[in-house]
Amino acid sequence: MLGYIARRVLSTIPVMGVVALFVFLMLRLSPGDPAAVIAGDYATAEDIARIRERLGLDEPIVVQFFQWLGNLLQGDLGISIFTNLPVTTLIAQRLEPTIMLTLTTLTFTILVAVPLGTLAAWKAGSLIDRAVMIFAVAGFSIPVFVLGYMLIYQFSIEWRWLPVQGYKSIFEDGVGPFFRHITLPTLTLSVIYIALIARITRASVLEILQEDYVRTARAKGQSETKVLLRHALRNAAVPIVTVIGLGVALLIGGVVVTESVYNIPGLGRLVLDAVLKRDYPIIQGLILLFSFVYILINLMIDLLYTVFDPRIRY
Amino acid sequence: MTDLPGDLPGKSKAEDAVPEVAPIRGSRAQPGMLGLLLGHSSILFGAILLLAMVLIAVVGPQFTEDPRALNPIDRLQEPSSEHLFGTDFLGRDNLSRLVNGARVSLVVGIAVSAVAVIIGLAIGMISGYVRALDGIIMRVMDGLMAIPGILLAIALISLSGATLTTVVIAIMIPEIPRVVRLVRSVVLSVREEPYVEAAISIGTPMPLILLRHVLPNTVAPLIVQATYICASAMLTEAILGFLGAGIPPEIPSWGNIMAEGRTYFQLAPWIIFYPGIALALTVLAVNVLGDGLRDTLDPRIARKM
Repeated sequence: MLGYIARRVLSTIPVMGVVALFVFLMLRLSPGDPAAVIAGDYATAEDIARIRERLGLDEPIVVQFFQWLGNLLQGDLGISIFTNLPVTTLIAQRLEPTIMLTLTTLTFTILVAVPLGTLAAWKAGSLIDRAVMIFAVAGFSIPVFVLGYMLIYQFSIEWRWLPVQGYKSIFEDGVGPFFRHITLPTLTLSVIYIALIARITRASVLEILQEDYVRTARAKGQSETKVLLRHALRNAAVPIVTVIGLGVALLIGGVVVTESVYNIPGLGRLVLDAVLKRDYPIIQGLILLFSFVYILINLMIDLLYTVFDPRIRY
Repeated sequence: MTDLPGDLPGKSKAEDAVPEVAPIRGSRAQPGMLGLLLGHSSILFGAILLLAMVLIAVVGPQFTEDPRALNPIDRLQEPSSEHLFGTDFLGRDNLSRLVNGARVSLVVGIAVSAVAVIIGLAIGMISGYVRALDGIIMRVMDGLMAIPGILLAIALISLSGATLTTVVIAIMIPEIPRVVRLVRSVVLSVREEPYVEAAISIGTPMPLILLRHVLPNTVAPLIVQATYICASAMLTEAILGFLGAGIPPEIPSWGNIMAEGRTYFQLAPWIIFYPGIALALTVLAVNVLGDGLRDTLDPRIARKM
């Protein structure tokens, strides 16, 4: 098992390496002079020269890569062209809203999707099941931002229950304002994720409910609640947790859009502002950050299986 | 890490090894006859809805006014008999912009899925057959899959400038790994089949085996995959447009119509709602069609979902 853990941890290195190489090459292989692209249409020759120097574009590409990689390994993501601040500082400033939104969304999603999927599987073929499945397909079809605006229209403009936009810190502004502001963004971001998790929960639980041991449990008079919780859900946990991990990719894309709709000053807004200003070091840094977080979350989930699921032995 | 739930160690293999058992389980799991009918009716529903959208996109612009015609006096008008879907902040007719925007969505959806499938098919076949390259190709694909697709597309577009072509390419690149993984898994399972071994033993050249034996096996799963890629590409295109990183505003697309509507949302919510509903319906049609096709073409995967 230790061997497996070591191998699994090591296997993330080439993946991260590919991500780093790709992000590095994206700028260098783009058509035209990257410094001029970043500087924009109204740049002077000095601007371009300054950016060229800042990004080390005068060196041979191999030298550039290893310099860049060396800095990266020391946690240095470069310096923002527009603000002249280190990218890591900018990220640190914007981290809280994004982490909070992600956590509330994850919590809400799991609390809603797993019971919903289990219920659908338990009542397979029934009206409830159909409704859950229709919701799952619909949730995958509605664009995140359209949903966001519909919720704003109903809850904030028509009913005036919740604030239209903005973010309040739970630490500085208190619990009440935090939840009033985070409710709609969380709902918006959760829908597609709930659709995904409910669907996979239904499929996994349905499969387990066909197993002989479930029939045995029912035959010996075990209550349905116990059958569902102790036998079905517990054994269906592995695929469900796997998809929760894979779904983080959806969440990351959704965060960018949701933060834009609700004007939340998080990492998603940081990347969008950077795109508009062509602040490439920020874009690069955030792509790396999001990708590494995704890889690490899925690594952790894989490793947890070996601890929690005795059937998985490598 | 990137394994789908069905690929879990010791799970899918056991199932695949005993295909005779599978249908019995499946028929108990799915509501049997009803499931089958549902499969067909969802194909029908999706296809009709999608055809309607295509029809609107193709002939619609003939019947509506110029989507670029400015009429400042009539700006931000509510939906009325004159302007069924209202007007935007420059007094342009929303219905006509929406109908024209349908073209962009459909073109992007179809182009992205077609190109992603062709490129993914080629890379997947190479990866499945040329063992020496398999490791490298799959590591590259794993890396590409780890990068959030929307961020990757935004970055690519910000570097290359937004045109229809760059938007299609930027949306397509993150979709390729999924096709590659699918094709590779088909190649790996087919090459163990007795008829392929027989073909090899009588000296059939490799390209011919790929063409004659492997390719036909990839068709069904690829059609299903292509519909899902099409749906997600249309959503991504709209998101890019909405974020201001998509097709430039000269060409009306659902994404950039909604982006322009953001500022006036409290005054004129219909500017966002109508294209949003059109987009959701189109994506729904494609998704439902995909589910229906999956259930009928690929019952083995259907059971797992």
